[in-house]
Amino acid sequence: MLCAHWSRLRRVSSRSCCATALRSTHSSTRLSSSPERIMKTFCSVWLLLSVVELSPAQEPPLPETAEDMASTGDLEPTHYPARRAAQVALHYLNTRHGSPFRVFGLQQVHKASAEDVEAGGRKYKLDFSVTDWASGSAGPALRCSADVLFPRTERHSAPDVKLRCEALQQINRTVQEEEAFYQKHIPPDSAVSARDIPDSYGNMSEEMQPFWRLARVAASFIMLRESSENTEFNMVQMASVTQQESSEEQLMLEFVVLLHDLPSQEIVQWKLLASWSPDRGVRVLQTEWQPRCPHATKPPN
Amino acid sequence: MTLARKFYSSKMKGLLVLTVLFVAVFGKKTFEGDQLLQITAKDEAQISLLKELSEQEHLGLDFWREPVHESLPVDVRVPFHSLQAVRAFLGYNQIQYNVMIMDVQDLLDDEEREMVKYRSFPRSTDDFVYTTYHDLNSINSFMDMLVAENSNLVSKIEIGKSYEGRSLDVLKFSTGANRPGIWIDNGIHSREWITPASAIWSAKKIVTDYGRDPVLTDILNNYDIFLEIIANPDGFAYTHSNDRMWRKTRKPNPGSSCVGVDPNRNWEVGFGGSGASSNPCSQTYHGPSVHSEPEVKAIVDFVKSHGKLKAFLSIHSYSQMLLYPYGYTSTPAKDQAELHELARKAVSELQSLHNTAYTYGSVITTIYQADGITIDWTYEQGIKYSYTFELRDTGRYGFLLPANQIVPTAEETWLALMAIMEHTRNNPY
Repeated sequence: MLCAHWSRLRRVSSRSCCATALRSTHSSTRLSSSPERIMKTFCSVWLLLSVVELSPAQEPPLPETAEDMASTGDLEPTHYPARRAAQVALHYLNTRHGSPFRVFGLQQVHKASAEDVEAGGRKYKLDFSVTDWASGSAGPALRCSADVLFPRTERHSAPDVKLRCEALQQINRTVQEEEAFYQKHIPPDSAVSARDIPDSYGNMSEEMQPFWRLARVAASFIMLRESSENTEFNMVQMASVTQQESSEEQLMLEFVVLLHDLPSQEIVQWKLLASWSPDRGVRVLQTEWQPRCPHATKPPN
Repeated sequence: MTLARKFYSSKMKGLLVLTVLFVAVFGKKTFEGDQLLQITAKDEAQISLLKELSEQEHLGLDFWREPVHESLPVDVRVPFHSLQAVRAFLGYNQIQYNVMIMDVQDLLDDEEREMVKYRSFPRSTDDFVYTTYHDLNSINSFMDMLVAENSNLVSKIEIGKSYEGRSLDVLKFSTGANRPGIWIDNGIHSREWITPASAIWSAKKIVTDYGRDPVLTDILNNYDIFLEIIANPDGFAYTHSNDRMWRKTRKPNPGSSCVGVDPNRNWEVGFGGSGASSNPCSQTYHGPSVHSEPEVKAIVDFVKSHGKLKAFLSIHSYSQMLLYPYGYTSTPAKDQAELHELARKAVSELQSLHNTAYTYGSVITTIYQADGITIDWTYEQGIKYSYTFELRDTGRYGFLLPANQIVPTAEETWLALMAIMEHTRNNPY
């Protein structure tokens, strides 16, 4: 458990990971388990030590690296600074407009620029296109523009996104499929549960597609929140979905998702509780980071 | 679920599979989400209740062992639409039960896969199934078959042994002695399954096209091609047995409970910089020292002793990128202009087939800073045309790329490989 923690600590935003992990154990309404308590203590001590470290000497400002220089002003759209910012905008788009029958993917970044802002953050201006994965290769590309602000704070805080996509209202509404899916699974005797979607071979049944998309949309809330200029998240698998008792006419689903961060190559596991209905869309109610020890063997099924 | 399986004898399992398959074939049913419950009634009253339950036709219950007597367990397959109701009934009446099979469809799928595996044991590379992912055994037989069928063109060389003692094999495609060479490695990161899958297809493509396609024939009449299908077999075996998301080698790290080194951070050029991790638990751990991993050392030794490799292509996934040095520094490579233009051409060829969009550029600008990577070392060895490929996709399925994309990916990647090989052939140095 601690070993996974170490791998998270190694990252540039390691302090933020620790803080995020702390926050997620707070926000979880369940009693924190023993590993979580250990981690919480460890995190607190670690954070304390890192603060103590910084306070005595007056550190000279770090010289700007070539990386820093490059990501101010006009940016090369195919390079990672622009792409990471666009991915953040994409996560935001999915939290607002994703559904069991709509998930957007980044198609291309057309133009990008970045500038430092006075509050101490960096704002990216982006012009990019997305496609709806649910409509396959037949779907049209949607043009979007976004301002993505990455704050520069001691503790990690979520980026701020302002987004405009043309013709968002005009793309085919999937009302019928959403309604049918909702009606099928809202009755009390519906108890969907599944694991490893897709499986190791990339297989996913037709029936599981909407659940996978819902997991992707729900995961977008987490990916958005956890993003920084040093991360690039995708969901690689819906490790499990377990339908909970419906509440207030919302489908209630508990997901465990595996996220992949490209720069660190780490696989991060999150458990989350989300609700969905055609009217209210996706809401994420609880999130909990789950340690994933790299050396641990998979428990026998 | 394994625990439940232990109690459920394999004979019963076999019977279940046969019966359910029979029903599946003729009834076209799916058993997704269905569970097998084993109910233990404690008295006559509970048996009566269970008999009543069995008469509720709308629930669609399928009793394997009917309720008869409280000393005998009751086995029932419950369709998932009835699960909530049945569980509520059992709970309310305080009737004990165990979930023997959490998802009947899963079990069937597993069995189906096992059966397919044994049913279609290919006898030649023409029989081989290119549209599915294979395990180590299957890949090894493929290589042996390919060599046996094309012994005038292909041979298998062992360049070393992995940490766990597996053979590190390279297919050599050669039509004459003392030729300069082109190297292609795949599967150095074990979870990137699309790369060995694509390589298998490419190997078959080479033997098919030699003597038919003028460009490839010309290349092979002047250069050898070295194809390493699985550069990290220990990791690959681990992705099948334990953890589909495993990336690194499987060498233990002294003083740490974490296993493995990132074989693409273990190379000499830029070793130990900030674009790699010094933490053994990290996915980008560079290892205790330069070329410490036998999988890496084997390639290093091969490259040095060959001395005449002219192109070096390292295949990874995912991101849809074609990348050239450097990863450890933003100082442009001496040959950047040529490498960039060749990348543009290769990507354009790739895209022409299925309209798959790739980006291209140096590693450090395009994807991230990475220190101690393969192609920075090979480039510094003087192998000018050193590239890293990141194959499909861009994050939708990531490492779990559906098998139906194997052949389209291999086909389009092949066009890019050919563009680079052709350029190498036409620009000797």
